[in-house]
Amino acid sequence: MSPVAQTDSVTQTDSVTATDISVKPNGGLALDPTAPLLEVRDLKVDFRTRYGVAHAVNGVSFHVRPGETLAILGESGCGKSVTAQAVMGIIDSPPGFVTGGEVRFRGVDLLKLPEEERRRVRANHIAMIFQDALSALNPVFTVGFQLGELFRKHRGATRAEARKRAIELLDMVRIPAAAQRVHDFPHQFSGGMRQRVMIAMSLALDPDVLIADEPTTALDVTVQAQIMKLLADLQAERNMGLILITHDMGVVADVADRISVMYAGRIVEEAPVHDIYANPAHPYTKALLESIPRLDQKGQELNVIRGLPPNLANIPPGCSFNPRCRYAQDVCRKDPPPPQFTVDVGRTSACHFWKDVIGRG
Amino acid sequence: MAEVVLETRDLVKYFPIMRGIVFKRRVGEVKAVDGVSITLHRGETLGVVGESGCGKSTLAKLLIGLERPTSGSIMVRGVDMARVRGAALRRARRNIQMVMQDPYTSLNPRMTVRDIVGEPFEIHPDVVPKNRRAARVAELIELVGLNPDHINRYPHQFSGGQRQRIGIARALALNPEIIICDEPVSALDVSIQAQVMNLLDNLQKELGLAYIFIAHDLSVVRHISDRVAVMYLGKVVETGDESQIYDHPTHPYTQALLSAVPVPDPTLRGLRDQIVLEGDVPSPANPPSGCRFRTRCWKAQEICAKEEPALVERPGSPHPSACHFAEERDVVHAAD
Amino acid sequence: MTDPMMSTLPTTETGGGVVPGAAGPGAAGAEERKERSASLWADAWRDLRKNVVFLISCFIILVIGSMALFPKLWTSQDPQACHPRYSKLPPSWEHPFGYSVTGCDYYAQAIHGARPSLTIAILATIGILLVGGTLGILAGFYGGWLDAIISRITDIFFSLPFLLGAIVFLSLLKPNEPAAQVASITGVLIVLGWVTIARITRGSVIATRALDYVQAARALGASNARLMFRHILPNAVAPAIVVATIALGSFVSAEATITFIGVGLRAPAVSWGTMIATHQQYINSDPWLLAFPGGLLVATVLAFILAGDALRDALDPRLR
Repeated sequence: MSPVAQTDSVTQTDSVTATDISVKPNGGLALDPTAPLLEVRDLKVDFRTRYGVAHAVNGVSFHVRPGETLAILGESGCGKSVTAQAVMGIIDSPPGFVTGGEVRFRGVDLLKLPEEERRRVRANHIAMIFQDALSALNPVFTVGFQLGELFRKHRGATRAEARKRAIELLDMVRIPAAAQRVHDFPHQFSGGMRQRVMIAMSLALDPDVLIADEPTTALDVTVQAQIMKLLADLQAERNMGLILITHDMGVVADVADRISVMYAGRIVEEAPVHDIYANPAHPYTKALLESIPRLDQKGQELNVIRGLPPNLANIPPGCSFNPRCRYAQDVCRKDPPPPQFTVDVGRTSACHFWKDVIGRG
Repeated sequence: MAEVVLETRDLVKYFPIMRGIVFKRRVGEVKAVDGVSITLHRGETLGVVGESGCGKSTLAKLLIGLERPTSGSIMVRGVDMARVRGAALRRARRNIQMVMQDPYTSLNPRMTVRDIVGEPFEIHPDVVPKNRRAARVAELIELVGLNPDHINRYPHQFSGGQRQRIGIARALALNPEIIICDEPVSALDVSIQAQVMNLLDNLQKELGLAYIFIAHDLSVVRHISDRVAVMYLGKVVETGDESQIYDHPTHPYTQALLSAVPVPDPTLRGLRDQIVLEGDVPSPANPPSGCRFRTRCWKAQEICAKEEPALVERPGSPHPSACHFAEERDVVHAAD
Repeated sequence: MTDPMMSTLPTTETGGGVVPGAAGPGAAGAEERKERSASLWADAWRDLRKNVVFLISCFIILVIGSMALFPKLWTSQDPQACHPRYSKLPPSWEHPFGYSVTGCDYYAQAIHGARPSLTIAILATIGILLVGGTLGILAGFYGGWLDAIISRITDIFFSLPFLLGAIVFLSLLKPNEPAAQVASITGVLIVLGWVTIARITRGSVIATRALDYVQAARALGASNARLMFRHILPNAVAPAIVVATIALGSFVSAEATITFIGVGLRAPAVSWGTMIATHQQYINSDPWLLAFPGGLLVATVLAFILAGDALRDALDPRLR
């Protein structure tokens, strides 16, 4: 994207008087370019409802490098979306409260920043796209207006510049006839197109990390393929870190570099993608893989995980998966919950009996 | 081959598009289902796949009697469901029941499980005599793997998977031969899907049921189906048994569809034949002339715009395929 | 393969950012429930019994109701026994509300005044529920030309201004007897008030009719009557009930307004409306003359509204 230079001086937090709307204002954030891009350590989020406290996120740690795709895999209610929202700082509080942990972006702990700076980080460094594009976009403003607003607000662009950038963005996400469609409202786009608009909005200010929360779950499979390809291309172009939150093990196999599997608010296994599918080290991952039908196979027995995921206000002591686990022993049923065992370089598993699960020893 | 239990011939459903405030006039039609002929045999599962707008949900509603066809016939054991009315229709309906997609809206929240599963007997009082009804309801509940002690509970006290089971119990009440499953597992968690699918499988073997299984998840459909029909914009474009469709697809749309489905195996990354379709599905109110898929098809020629290809066996395709240039292409396994 | 029965908050496969929690009653409580009766109303009653706001509202309603039904229980004074010499005497021990401007026992008037106010309000509410509810259900369920006709009629009635319409109708009717006055006021309120219930019911029925479980019943072969009464009505009735209870409250004040203007109840009939109308000019000198009937009016209206809210919440099984 070519920078647009102007001689008018516009409010900028830098001391540069020329407006370059592709330059990110730093706003005094002491970013350390040698620190890891995004590192989450021991994050904890509680929801205080009138039925009790639900521990939605229970000590979650992960990291993302530039150009890498991390998939956070889990079923509904495991806390993966809440984790993403906590990283972005958009949890509704009350009833949600971040009760511990760190979210370090290039060394700076976002959880400790004041809201104003948080907002700047959100726009310029970490962006998020959601599952339902229709409710994420404002229905009463045109797409061009919403895209342009980002530039007007965060980069001090004029209306004309903003419009121009909006058209460029729509082009970038491969929406045909971008110059005409920039005047359309969200409901005038199809589901897949709207998702592209949302991607355009999130990438407008050139973030370093993109969090995609179930971006294709509501889309048809052919549209899903288009969107995932688009995301992969854009990520490669920008060397962006991508955190993909999903329950779809097929999509993950296609695009992820590493996977963190979540269950009941905790990460139960983390591994590079090939290792996890070939040889899972946690009973939950293993059971999941055995319970999904595959496109290229017929007639396999689908293994069932008996029982239900626990109520997050009432997590069983010890390992939260123990009531449903066929490897469970006494140690699994008592606190403390299992720590992260090192299975291999870059591989951990929160299971006392990971060796049995893998089939070694 | 077992006997035919259901057969549709040129089934058509158009929805009129009305304009006007006080006096409405018809300005067009949404051709939701446009000439669908399928056959279902006793004890088999026919999977119907397609993306949004292909008409599979409308097809389900037509089969179950929630919509009346614009034209065409639905023969269930010799009775044309599209033509009969009144008492004959009510009797015919007993043989074909439905399991719906959303476990959260498919059960009346103000009725207990006993009422829900018992309602079919109130509507058709001659199926089970009054004094046997309570026992039969309890039987059905056990049959789907639920605890009969919970018969007095309301739907919201159950999980999604359990609610689907209640829906299945309700569908089984009148001893139908045919069950239309409209996306029965789409709204469930992955680990619960397997439970419900295994239940459907077992019930089929035990009771000799025939299923029409409608879903958008192609992996799920393959697992449970014996034969498959692929729909696009209101028409069936290809049909065959599951290995023909999945391992030897001949219609370009089927191939594109299958190639887009991700497989949970990272070793296949980059090795499969990738077909990425451009553009959007055309509007069913204004489908393209001739072959409806031609606007997105890489094989399209002049003949495709002029002559609509029939769903028949062809030189390039041992199973019926509606493409002038039908040709086999493996998009599911790694290309060597 | 039986699943353990646990109450969990509904979550769908596609739910992102779902708030976890809302732990239902623990396993022990859930077991208790299985023994109890399955009736929705019984369950609702059990919940309402514990709702403080509902209990207080009911108490107030009962009090006012007993004033209306058995005024002699509350006062032995005759509201019609008036002596001008006692005019506007302030409250005292034997006459807790003092005297009205014409020298009648104000407390007795207030007690006796409850009956016409409540009678009109209750009858009118029942009336709008029957008329509006029926038309709304028919319009919503059958759609088509029936809906078009009923909706246009609704629109016409909607455009009649309430107060103006009431005044015009009542001026034309000119009832003289108190009984006739009550009947005509009730009639006018029904004629002008059924539209809100009709609209709400129609919308509610249309929304419910499209739901899966209604379709499932249709697919089973259920008759229209069964669909309407077993499936649609119970689930569509809640908004109408809330509106009806609020309407009840507003009818009480509507009667007071109509009477205040002069076209409603007239002497010798006594209602809170007449009391307020007659004593409005004394607001500065003897404010208690307005405070008492006004206070009773407000308390009654509030009680019905709060009770209606609580009832609606209790009837919704999903809020458990």
